Amino acid sequence: MVPRLLASILSGLLFGAGLVISDMVNPARVLAFLDVTGAWDPSLAFVMGGALIPSSIAYAIKRNRTRPVFDTTFHVPTSRVIDRPLVGGAILFGLGWGLVGLCPGPAIASLATGRWEAVLFTAAMLAGMAAYRMATSRGSARAQAS
Amino acid sequence: MSSFNFLWPLAGGLLIGLSAALYLLLNGRVAGISGLTASAVGLSGGRPGLLGLGFLGGILAGAAAAFAFIREPNLTITASPLLLVAGGLLVGFGTRLGSGCTSGHGVCGLARLSPRSIVSTLTFMAVAAVTVTVMRHLAGGA
Repeated sequence: MVPRLLASILSGLLFGAGLVISDMVNPARVLAFLDVTGAWDPSLAFVMGGALIPSSIAYAIKRNRTRPVFDTTFHVPTSRVIDRPLVGGAILFGLGWGLVGLCPGPAIASLATGRWEAVLFTAAMLAGMAAYRMATSRGSARAQAS
Repeated sequence: MSSFNFLWPLAGGLLIGLSAALYLLLNGRVAGISGLTASAVGLSGGRPGLLGLGFLGGILAGAAAAFAFIREPNLTITASPLLLVAGGLLVGFGTRLGSGCTSGHGVCGLARLSPRSIVSTLTFMAVAAVTVTVMRHLAGGA
């Protein structure tokens, strides 16, 4: 467990530093990318392109491996079904992302500034996750009862 | 806002990709922050996950270190308190319903050419772009 925890912390450190260095932690920078009809800022495209290089190499390496270094098996999703929750969730997420300019990673990283806006957004994000959890546990309880 | 320089976003993107690469090859998991956050606070079914807590703690510490030594914290947040709450609720609920966000579907899902992640990423990017356009150019400013 200790090696896995250390690997998580290391990954988090790189992720948080990457969000600050790329300025994706800054909602104005993200909104300027999403504002395709305004004064467009291509930063996010370079961040995504840069991130996909090591990430793609790692997923290519994974194909020839049976297990990761610190675990007995890979836990990567295998579903290929395009369903309503996937698309509906992406629509709701895109709406919220466009309203503020923060997605989950930058929301967590922005807490390091101590800004009240970051705290309020992240608290609301956790409440949204809790609402989803309550809605699904109620739904599955009903499904079991029927 | 400072003018565009592709080296900062490229360097930051490479670090984010390296993070996702290490998390996959060491721990065998997708570095999806919405899922890790839900896991860290015990909202993904089951006890709070230590790996999620470690990852989130790492993000906070990594961001704090980068703010201290590399790039000054200079965030421009224009959304009103009401919009912050509405946006947060939508992002939290939507990423759980849709099984991922910019990191899980974007950085990791696109890298493994997952059809679900391609559909998700195109959808949330398009909806976010339309939302910003409506807010800024049609509804009279955000």
